[in-house]
Amino acid sequence: MNCDIAIVGAGPAGLAAATRAAEAGKHVHVLDEGFGPGGQIWRPSTVAEPTPLARRWRQRFERSGAVLHAGAAVFEASGAEGAWRVAAQQGGRRLDVEAARLILALGARERFLPFPGWTLPGVLGNGGAQALVKQGWLVAGKRAVVAGSGPLLLPVAATLAKAGAVVALVAEQAALPALARLGLRLARRPGKLLEALRYRRAFSSARYRTGWWVERAQGSERVESVTLTDGRRRETLPCDLLCVSYGLVPSLELPRALGTTLDAGVVDVDACQQSSVAGLFVAGETCGIAGLDVALLEGEIAGLAAAGRAIAPALRRARRAGRSFGAALERAFALRAELRRPPPADTVVCRCEDVLAGELDPAWSVRQAKLYTRVGMGACQGRICGAALSCLYGWEADAVRSPLKPVSLATLLSPLVED
Amino acid sequence: MAERIQISVDGRELAVEPGVSLAAALLNAGCDRFRVSVRGEGRGPICGMGVCMECRVTIDGVAHRRACLEPLRDGMQVRTR
Repeated sequence: MNCDIAIVGAGPAGLAAATRAAEAGKHVHVLDEGFGPGGQIWRPSTVAEPTPLARRWRQRFERSGAVLHAGAAVFEASGAEGAWRVAAQQGGRRLDVEAARLILALGARERFLPFPGWTLPGVLGNGGAQALVKQGWLVAGKRAVVAGSGPLLLPVAATLAKAGAVVALVAEQAALPALARLGLRLARRPGKLLEALRYRRAFSSARYRTGWWVERAQGSERVESVTLTDGRRRETLPCDLLCVSYGLVPSLELPRALGTTLDAGVVDVDACQQSSVAGLFVAGETCGIAGLDVALLEGEIAGLAAAGRAIAPALRRARRAGRSFGAALERAFALRAELRRPPPADTVVCRCEDVLAGELDPAWSVRQAKLYTRVGMGACQGRICGAALSCLYGWEADAVRSPLKPVSLATLLSPLVED
Repeated sequence: MAERIQISVDGRELAVEPGVSLAAALLNAGCDRFRVSVRGEGRGPICGMGVCMECRVTIDGVAHRRACLEPLRDGMQVRTR
């Protein structure tokens, strides 16, 4: 399958890029692992209608002529400007797309930090809980505690409350002074402030505490209670559902496999969203966590640039402002020192290979850790434990190799899908 | 009301609302143990988006399928571990 521009990721950034490029007359193919377009934030939901913004972009994308391959997990990409090849597994079959230009809009995933009891069923990420509720998980009547860090805690608590869960507590690890400074900045963005207040109203019966974090979860077959601390006091609450995650980290496997340079842990791009690799554009969270608005702006810029069109200065200005706000958010929710210490020795750190904290020697390099214990070498290939290993031991991700997603031998060997 | 979808989970027949993912359907049916870890712990989904690999189940004889990425299909045979 041949086209002008291939785009990996059909979240807001990917959709915006595809729409702009297709409207500019290019043949655009988009690949996404999910059932349909939307990525995470615009995931179709069984419990809520799409926002007007999501609906407008979705309609514009559908009218644009760009082609979407849903359920297509990209496991490999190679080539250079003018001749990119992207390989995906779709259903049980292989799908290959060739394109002159490539745009990556891979989004982000949650940062998990291990603690005793985090592997109990009923303990999951905030985004994970939100995604599962949107996919149809019924949580009415469940007693929930929402914890960890970041702006995501608010909409997740609101979603759970609206779905009928009893949100007992929302615990943010960041201390009040850091959040108060952010509050001042929010005053300049009344839209964001209103959004935050609306979320807070949705779970108004729950306490919202700052400077508290999860120490351990307890339960026999599944989570039954959670113990939180502020460093001095402890409190144990019964719960059926514990959502804990600490912000987001960009998905960097594909850009790294293609050799893009990183700057401060995110893909380094120029004002046209082009990476250090010619003809390879990257947009949205993959370039740094900054939320929906920036993802849309950068998607538009990448789509226009890949299609050879000029970028309006207003788009560039809006993107700079959005990035600046995103950076302020990251600073406000920075992880406190207590969370950067390794957990007790019998805590699972790598869930795929069941490697315990006590088996990891902080004096090792990441390569030694992998060779001696298999940490990060299991099914998720370090996507879950990687952020923790970086945070707790300073170990950065090792070399990336394809296949980047699980793929069957049959897919690797099957004939190419004919156009 | 939309026609319910019939699936089987570990030999048990389930009627499920269409439009939900297999992971959500399993959780709603009271199954929160999708797989067993290396050390024998029961595990379920944590990320909801295909990254954590904890929701892997066997579908129609094919192992390691992520339930959170699977739309429901009539007649699906699901086995957890």
